[in-house]
Amino acid sequence: MNVCFILNDKQEVTMALGTRDNDTEGVMLSGKNELFTDPDPDKARAFFRNKSRSMTPKLAQIKDVVRDMIKDGDYIAIGGFGANRIPTAIVHEIVRQHKKHLGFAGHTSTHDFQVFIAGKCIDRCDVAYIIGLEARGLSPNARRAVESGTIKLTEWTNASLSWRLKAAAMGISFIPTRNILGTDTFKHSAAKTITCPFTGKKYAAMPALFPDFAAIHVHEADIYGNCRVYGASVSDFDLAKASKRVVITTERIIPHDEIRREPEKTVIPYWCVDAIIEVPYGSYPGNMPYEYFSDEEHLKTWLKVERDPEELEIFLQEQIYGVNDFYEYLNLNGGIEKMKKLRAIEYLINNK
Amino acid sequence: MDYNAMELMICVAARNLEDGATVVVGTGAPCAAAMLSQKIYSPNLCILFEAGGVAPILPTMPISVGDSRTFHKAIMASSMPEVMETCQRGMVDYTFLGGAQIDMYGNINSTMIGDDYQKPKVRFPGSGGANDLASLCWRTMMMTVQDARRFTDKLDFITSPGYLKGGRSRYDAGLPEGTGPYRIITNMAVMGFDDETKWMMVLSINPGYSRQDVQDNCGFELKWAKKIDDTKPPADEELRILREEVDPHHYIIGR
Repeated sequence: MNVCFILNDKQEVTMALGTRDNDTEGVMLSGKNELFTDPDPDKARAFFRNKSRSMTPKLAQIKDVVRDMIKDGDYIAIGGFGANRIPTAIVHEIVRQHKKHLGFAGHTSTHDFQVFIAGKCIDRCDVAYIIGLEARGLSPNARRAVESGTIKLTEWTNASLSWRLKAAAMGISFIPTRNILGTDTFKHSAAKTITCPFTGKKYAAMPALFPDFAAIHVHEADIYGNCRVYGASVSDFDLAKASKRVVITTERIIPHDEIRREPEKTVIPYWCVDAIIEVPYGSYPGNMPYEYFSDEEHLKTWLKVERDPEELEIFLQEQIYGVNDFYEYLNLNGGIEKMKKLRAIEYLINNK
Repeated sequence: MDYNAMELMICVAARNLEDGATVVVGTGAPCAAAMLSQKIYSPNLCILFEAGGVAPILPTMPISVGDSRTFHKAIMASSMPEVMETCQRGMVDYTFLGGAQIDMYGNINSTMIGDDYQKPKVRFPGSGGANDLASLCWRTMMMTVQDARRFTDKLDFITSPGYLKGGRSRYDAGLPEGTGPYRIITNMAVMGFDDETKWMMVLSINPGYSRQDVQDNCGFELKWAKKIDDTKPPADEELRILREEVDPHHYIIGR
């Protein structure tokens, strides 16, 4: 246990170093990979100081939002859980506009990561879970990209990224946690260890993650960006608070009075939100809880065409580059008839 | 009744989940084991999913640990921090992990194969929630087919912590006291870990396999419990419920 009597700053440092030389318990360990974002809460505050809090209508267009709110090199994050409640319209538009050199928060990213890698948008990534599509298998193209060493990676875990967003949402620069200690996941992270000043326990210090941009798909929102989400929320409420610029796509715009009638349902408040776009079926081909299930056939096709890079390019041309917007893509893949089928699957209606 | 290795592993895992316990599972075999346990042994087993689902009544096997099924008729559709913090507070008893490699201390690799981190020979998804659950749940279990490459004394990457270097090293690293690997359930045997050294130790051998088979298909020297039991094969009732109710399409148990 380190006991420090603080007489002045200098003396505290001297004593601490003296202890660390002889006491392995007191040594601070550091993950050796790169920290892609700045955890400084005062820099974040300086940004948030100038972020609008006026409750004005924020209805926008997908194309404009992606053009104006994301620049090459930004660090972005996507809400939901890979292929569940994802803002596909934004993800596709980022690819369609050829955004480059993006940093990415890969917290159980599955289909979203797969699309970004196909579009060659990402060159650095905080990894909790990438490449895989859970029970569906691994993305051949994402594997090729990562195994060729062209993308800079820093290892984390799902909880680590959740808690890094939580630290940012709290407006602090790190949060102490009890995961990742002692592993190569820690060694290849950018976390550090820290000793609790009360108990002497060793913690991992998770640096706050303030993304430049986040897109989140929700069930309902008013025109000001007050949002409702049903089903598992993953880390989205913290993500909305932690990110500098936030775009919401929503299954439905609802009247502002509706928000005021049941305020306890509001999970993301308007002041977090910069733009809002109504995109029914907006999580397609992903699952949207209580609305429609994932399109497993379409997700299988992705995995199939990815085996051959040329076939993938043709597929991307057909599905993303060659269409004007999300609704052309939706129609290309079965349109409203397909959506009705996916709704039946979601509702467990056996209509085979 | 005849059964395959996957069915055996799921049945053995299910018996290890007692009523009233909490367990975080992923998709696939672990989810099947938890569902089976709920239907036969532990009706009040609370199943959690890392994206936020708490105690769902699973209508079908989930494809994703965040899809609609994971909070179907649940008591809570919460969040990832909610579930992970419940683990960190010491309220979650069990979890199941998978991986490409495991060593004698139960450390698990699900990140990469190769010796160059920047250019791995094979890259896997990485931790996801595995490291978190292995760090924070009381008891970690694994179901896996056993061979000498998978059970190795040298992991290419420690994704999720077992007992690290054995002894007290796990707790000295700062991981919560009393947590760690509990059972490794393979097609050949069921292993635990020696109390002192934390080295993997065979507890029982599955029907049709010998001591020799178990050791030959392991890349490190196994310890053996004083008394080695025979693993009880799946009962007819277990198999029936597993095949008809838990995994009726045989996605996990195969044809």
